[in-house]
Amino acid sequence: IDMALRELKVCLLGDTGVGKSSIVWRFVEDSFDPNINPTIGASFMTKTVQYQNELHKFLIWDTAGQERFRALAPMYYRGSAAAIIVYDITKEESFQTLKNWVKELRQHGPPNIVVAIAGNKCDLSDAREVPEKDAKDYADSIHAIFVETSAKNAININEVFIEISKRIPVVDAAGATSGKGFKLGRQASESRRTCC
Amino acid sequence: MERDNHQEGVAEGVKICDPPAESNPPADTLATSLSLLGNHMFPDPVERNYGTTVNREEPVDSLLSDVSAEEPSLNAESHSNQVTKLETEETESPECQNNVATQPSDRGAQDAATDSDQGDSGEFVVTMLAKAKLEEQGLGMKGRSSPLLEAGTEEYPAFMSHRDEDVTADSWRQHRKHVFVLSEAGKPIYSRYGSEEALSSTMGVMMALVSFVQSGDNIIRSVYSEENTVVFLQKGPLVLVCVSSSRQSERQLRGELLYVYYQIISMLTQASISRIFEHKKNYDLRRLLAGSEKILDGLLNLVDSDPSFLLAAVHCLPLASSLRDSLSQILQKAITPNLVFSILIARNQLLTIVQEKTVIEDTRLEPADVHLLLNLIGASSAFQAGEIWTPICLPLFNPDCYFYAYISYLDPPECTVCLLLLSTDKEAFYSVAECKRKIEEAMVAQNSLSLIAKVQSYSVSQVGVSDLRHFMYKPFDVPDNYRQLTQFTSPEMEAPYSSEEEKMRLLDLYRYMHSRIHSTSRPLKLIYHVAERETLLAWVTSKFELYTCFSPLVTKACAITAITKLLRWIKKEEDRLFIRYPPKYSTTPNPSKSSRGGKSDQQDSTDNGFLSLL
Repeated sequence: IDMALRELKVCLLGDTGVGKSSIVWRFVEDSFDPNINPTIGASFMTKTVQYQNELHKFLIWDTAGQERFRALAPMYYRGSAAAIIVYDITKEESFQTLKNWVKELRQHGPPNIVVAIAGNKCDLSDAREVPEKDAKDYADSIHAIFVETSAKNAININEVFIEISKRIPVVDAAGATSGKGFKLGRQASESRRTCC
Repeated sequence: MERDNHQEGVAEGVKICDPPAESNPPADTLATSLSLLGNHMFPDPVERNYGTTVNREEPVDSLLSDVSAEEPSLNAESHSNQVTKLETEETESPECQNNVATQPSDRGAQDAATDSDQGDSGEFVVTMLAKAKLEEQGLGMKGRSSPLLEAGTEEYPAFMSHRDEDVTADSWRQHRKHVFVLSEAGKPIYSRYGSEEALSSTMGVMMALVSFVQSGDNIIRSVYSEENTVVFLQKGPLVLVCVSSSRQSERQLRGELLYVYYQIISMLTQASISRIFEHKKNYDLRRLLAGSEKILDGLLNLVDSDPSFLLAAVHCLPLASSLRDSLSQILQKAITPNLVFSILIARNQLLTIVQEKTVIEDTRLEPADVHLLLNLIGASSAFQAGEIWTPICLPLFNPDCYFYAYISYLDPPECTVCLLLLSTDKEAFYSVAECKRKIEEAMVAQNSLSLIAKVQSYSVSQVGVSDLRHFMYKPFDVPDNYRQLTQFTSPEMEAPYSSEEEKMRLLDLYRYMHSRIHSTSRPLKLIYHVAERETLLAWVTSKFELYTCFSPLVTKACAITAITKLLRWIKKEEDRLFIRYPPKYSTTPNPSKSSRGGKSDQQDSTDNGFLSLL
C-alpha cells in the first residue's frame, strides 16, 4: 500500500543539560551517551515512523539550551507542528524555565502548536525535585501532553512522539496537508532519504 | 651580548620589568603587592632578585652574518643563570587566595621592613600600587617549587575534570600555562584550570593590578619571575591573563591570549560583548559562555600542541592535486545564494576551501579565523549528531557579525570528514542542507570518501635528507592577487619526537627559535641553534619562513646544504602540500560581510542576535 507521508516539524526546547539531545538521540538512533556534549546552535535530525495508515517523518530541531542561543529559538519553533519542552525532574529550576518556554510559545509560537512536556531523567527519582503530580497538573492546565521520560533507560521516548502523532490533525480525504498553523512538506526532495 | 628577551616589548608600551640597576621602594612594594597574586600563583612570595632573570647568550658575529650561534641549550642556559636562589622561610598558606587580607608578612627578610606591618592588604594593594612608579623597573618575582612537581605534566584521575581541581593544591600551581579571563569589574569569566568561583579573589587581585596601572594612564603588559611570565591583555571590557612557565616570549603568550579572546568573540561577537558590559558592568559573562568551556579548553590545548597558531598559518592535508581539484569542484558546484565559504576538513586539517568571489575580494580569510573554526569542530562531539546550524562570528573577518554555519560529518559514525558551509543568511538552513546532499552525492559518485581515507601526512624521510628530523615551512603568499590563505607544511613528528613530552620539547624549541627570529628589539634572519639533543636552524626570507630540526651533530655547512635540498623538494611537491589557488564561486550578486537575513519580511528578535538578551 502506498502510504501518505507527512512531514512534522518538531522542536525541542528547555534548559541546558535536561537531556533534549539525549531524548532525540534515543528516539532516532536508539542509543545513549552519558558524556554527551552540549549542543551548539541547533541540531537537525529526521526519523520516519508509521502512524496508523500514514508515515510521519519527524523533522526534529534539537536546540541548544544555553542562554547564548536563546534568542535563536524562534527560528526553530517557527513553523513547528509540535514542541517538546523538556525539564529535568531532579532540577526544580529547569521546571521554571519550562514555564517560560510555554509562555514564549503562547506569545510568539505558531497558534496551533502541539505542546508536549517531558520530565526527563525519571530514572533518577531518588533525586527528584519536581513532583510528578505538579507537573501533570500544570500540563493539564495548558492542555499539553505530559510524560516522564528517561532517555537513559529508554522510558516513554517513543511514546512522546506517538502522542504527538495522535494530536496532529488528520489529513483530509484529498490527502492535502491541512493548514493548521504548521508548515508541512518543506521540500519534496527531502523525502527521498528516509529509511522507509 | 644578547639582549634580554624581556625587553622586547618595551617599545610597545609600558611594562613592568627589571633593569638591574634600579632599586626604589615603590617598585619594591609593588613587588610585594604582586605577591598577593604570586602567593596564589606561585608557591613562594615575591622577592627582589635582581639579575636572575637575564638570559645570557653568547652570539657569534651576529650582525655581520645574521647568524647567532648559541651553545649550550636553552635549558642549560636558564639553569646556569639562576645565580642566587634565596632561601625563604615562607610556608604555604593556601587560605591566602581567598582572603587578600592574609597577606603574608613573613616574606623574605629584605622586603619585610617595607611592608610587613600593613594590615588591610586589599587597600594595601591599591595604595602601594598607586605609589609605584611603573617606568621604574625593579621587579623580580621569585618562585620556589618542589622539584618533584617541576616536571609539570601531572596526571589527573580520569573522572576529575580540570574544572574540579583544587585551586589550593600544588598541582594546580604547577600547571605549565594558566589562562584567566575576567571582566573589567573583576568578575571571573574563564579559568583554564579550577573553577572560576574558587578563583574569584585571585582574579580580583589581577584586576586590581590592571586598574591600578591604568589609573596612571599606563597599561600593564607583563610581570616576570624566575619561573613564570605573567602576561596581560586588555580587549574592550575583557582582561585576559596568562601565567606561564613555558619560557615562551611575551609576544607569543600575548598572541595566544588573543586567540582566546577571538574564540570568545566568535561565540558572542565583539559588538554584543561591548553592549552587554555597557549596560551592566558587573554582568556575569559565564551565563552566555556556559557550555562553551570545552571550546576554550580545546583551543588552549591546540595552541600548546599545534604550531599552526605559532606560525599564524593553516596546515592543509597533503593531497594529490587531482583529488584536491575534484573535491574543490564538487564544492564549487553545490551553491546557494549567500553561501560564502565551503570548507572540507579531514582529521581536523583542511582538504579544501572554496570562497565567495566578491567577499574575498573585500577581505581575505585570515588563518586565525580558520583555526577557530577547526577548533570549534574538533573540541565538541556535538557536531557528530545530525546537521548543525549555528551562528558563528569570524572575528578577523568581521568581529561584529555572525555567519551561519552548517556543519555535518560526511562519514558517520566514524566522523572524520566534516563539511562546513558558511552563509550570511540565517534562514538558509534548508537550502544549505541541500548543498550538502549535492556534495554527498557527487562524493559518492567519485568515490571521494575512500580516497580521502587513504590520505596520510608525510614522513620527513620522503625528503631524502639524512640528518633532517623535522621542519616547518611557511611560504609567503605571492602573488597576492590570488588572496591565498597563509599556509605551512610540516611532516609528521616521528622518532625521537614520538612521545607527547618529546613533541612538546621540539615545539618549545621551535617557539624559542620563532621568538628569536621575530624579536622586536633585534629580529634575526637566520639562526643556528645547537641544543642539547638536536640542532635547529631557522631562516626567514621575503619568500618564506623555515624552521628545521637536525640531528645534534650536523655541521652548519651540512645543515645549509640540507636546506637547499629541502627547499628543492618542497618546490617539487608544492601542488600536493598546499592549496595552491583557493577556488572561488559566485553565489550572490551583492554579498555583504554583514549577516543580514535573506528575506526582509522576517522580523523577529533573532535579528539582532544575542543582543536581545538584555
